[in-house]
Amino acid sequence: MSEKASFRTSGGVRGWFGRQPWYVRAVVILVFTVLAYLLPYAGDVPLIGPQIITEGVDWPSALFNMSYYVLLALGLNVVVGYAGLLDLGYVGFFAVGAYGTALLTSPDSVIYADTGWKWLMAVPAALVLTMIAGVILGWPTLRLRGDYLAIVTLGFAEIIRIVATSTTTLRGDRGFASIPHPPGSWNGEPIFGVTDAIPYFWLGLTVIILVILGVRNLDRSRVGRSWLAIREDEEAAEVMGVRTFKYKLWAFAIGAFIGGLGGVLFAGEQSFINSQTFVLQFSILVLAGVVMGGSGNMAGAILGGVLISYIPDRLRGLSFGDTDLYEYRFAIFGAAIILIMVLRPQGLIPSRRRAMELKDREKEVAPQ
Amino acid sequence: MDFSGLIDNFGPLTVTGLAQGAIIALFALGYTLVYGVLRLINFAHSEVFLLGTYACLFAWGLFGLDQNSAAPAVGPMLLYMVVGLVAAIIVSGAAALTVEFVAYRPLRRRNAPPLAFLITAIGASLFISEVVGVATHRNQTGVPPIIQARPVFTIGDTTVTNLQILIVLLALVMMFALDRFINGSRLGRGVRAVAQNPDSAALMGVNKSRVIALVFLLGGLMAGIAAVMYDLKIGVTRYDAGFLLGIDAFTAAVLGGIGNLRGALLGGLLLGVLQNYAAGLFGSQWLHAASFVLLVVILLFRPTGLLGESLGRARA
Repeated sequence: MSEKASFRTSGGVRGWFGRQPWYVRAVVILVFTVLAYLLPYAGDVPLIGPQIITEGVDWPSALFNMSYYVLLALGLNVVVGYAGLLDLGYVGFFAVGAYGTALLTSPDSVIYADTGWKWLMAVPAALVLTMIAGVILGWPTLRLRGDYLAIVTLGFAEIIRIVATSTTTLRGDRGFASIPHPPGSWNGEPIFGVTDAIPYFWLGLTVIILVILGVRNLDRSRVGRSWLAIREDEEAAEVMGVRTFKYKLWAFAIGAFIGGLGGVLFAGEQSFINSQTFVLQFSILVLAGVVMGGSGNMAGAILGGVLISYIPDRLRGLSFGDTDLYEYRFAIFGAAIILIMVLRPQGLIPSRRRAMELKDREKEVAPQ
Repeated sequence: MDFSGLIDNFGPLTVTGLAQGAIIALFALGYTLVYGVLRLINFAHSEVFLLGTYACLFAWGLFGLDQNSAAPAVGPMLLYMVVGLVAAIIVSGAAALTVEFVAYRPLRRRNAPPLAFLITAIGASLFISEVVGVATHRNQTGVPPIIQARPVFTIGDTTVTNLQILIVLLALVMMFALDRFINGSRLGRGVRAVAQNPDSAALMGVNKSRVIALVFLLGGLMAGIAAVMYDLKIGVTRYDAGFLLGIDAFTAAVLGGIGNLRGALLGGLLLGVLQNYAAGLFGSQWLHAASFVLLVVILLFRPTGLLGESLGRARA
């Protein structure tokens, strides 16, 4: 049974959506896309607007934060949700993308004088660098058992952080300043300035839409079916002729690419990065987002990415009694991960197939 | 690379490495025991250790001790040691059991896929370390000087302190006791049976749930002892102390052969020494990077570790 057919026959919002003719679906998608682009002006909506926007953080900046969190969640969703590989060091790719950009474009970089590159020129180079990093990490480690893979990827992120902290080329705490913003100007003013984060959000949103389209096509191709087979039963897939190692490496490289894209955008907006930017909690936070939203489902990953970025930003400046809730954000996410895995392991917007898998396993359980 | 730094300090690096390695070995036992029985990386074990490092500080705080107190005389020192150890053991053991009941048992009941366990483990780990982090304002906490490190004897230019001797001896004794317990007692036989084949063991009348709880408890006890040793050796603790040492301990468990108790001891001591050599060679900031690289290399070339994986399959 194909996924599409199951949407048509099933109930709920997704079932309704699947049964509509193509033009209704197109209009719905168009309306949501336009609404997404209008989000920076959400504060102007009467009544609900002021409740939604973040008080402690500039709202367009918060939206930009959401956009790169969503990007990371989409990338990690390919690795964890589609291929079923637990990558705990995903922030490492984000860091490689950001550092790649910084090394090529920041005047603080040792190789800057040779290149003098602009942001846009550095983007493809940094992305190739992240993909290479993904393959270098994946090549030796993807042959390992799943739980070992988790620890090794964790180590990878930690090594990236240690290298960034301890080597003179990557400048540790001092970091790289004056990383150029994306190019372009409007009426003589640069579009991507310092104060206004709205263009960055639009850029991020556009990249997200492109990534969604790309990943969706991959998921419906031979590659996507191979990932599914690997996730459900790697040995059976291998026996049926799926080249598991090749497709796992693909998942890793594509995940790395999307993570690097997040890093490149981040470096372009912040224009400053240092070794403190890429802490390990970050990977775990993104993982929490993917799992909360519903791993294996893009809508779920997007929702998760939005939540992990929006909730802390919304909490900033709020307090509950005497305690500052923002301080507890990671603890709250830690507890949320446990609760969701125990109560709703398929996530908030589950992938239907994943939900069925979990149900199936529940039936197999031996009496305790 | 600083070869002369390594060669000149070879003796001291070895001795510190052994003491460090003994702590890592005790810590690694928790990973190895749980993995041997459940095939599960108990990611939250590092936070079980973390709570131990704070529990003994809390107990000593009840006696009015803090980092500025004078070193106590021999009598009170013994009392403080016992109290600190008991406090850390109780808290770490309870924490390990709590993690098992809250984060793992509900998943096992529903036959969740293996990744789900790792994810709840990460959740538990993040939750505990962050709560400690917020409670301590992310500052490090100093340890009262219960035992003052004093040189006992010298070989060449290498001095060995009483603290280092105590740590290594305690680790060896605990190791021996645990080994006897697992290999010699009735309960230990149950543990080995479940490790070998959970379903057959259950059919033979072994209470599987109780064995699993026991394994978590034992791992927690060892982590508690390791935590006190860590406090005394390092002199400070912090909310993220468990995390990095936890990676080391896991590496040690894999190095020796995960699921293998004696392997954990060997792996711990070896890793401690190798880390210190790497620190001598490249500088101390590379200490943890060294253990990661080592972990990858072992997993690639000998994934079963030096002594092989076994808790039930062979007499380890």
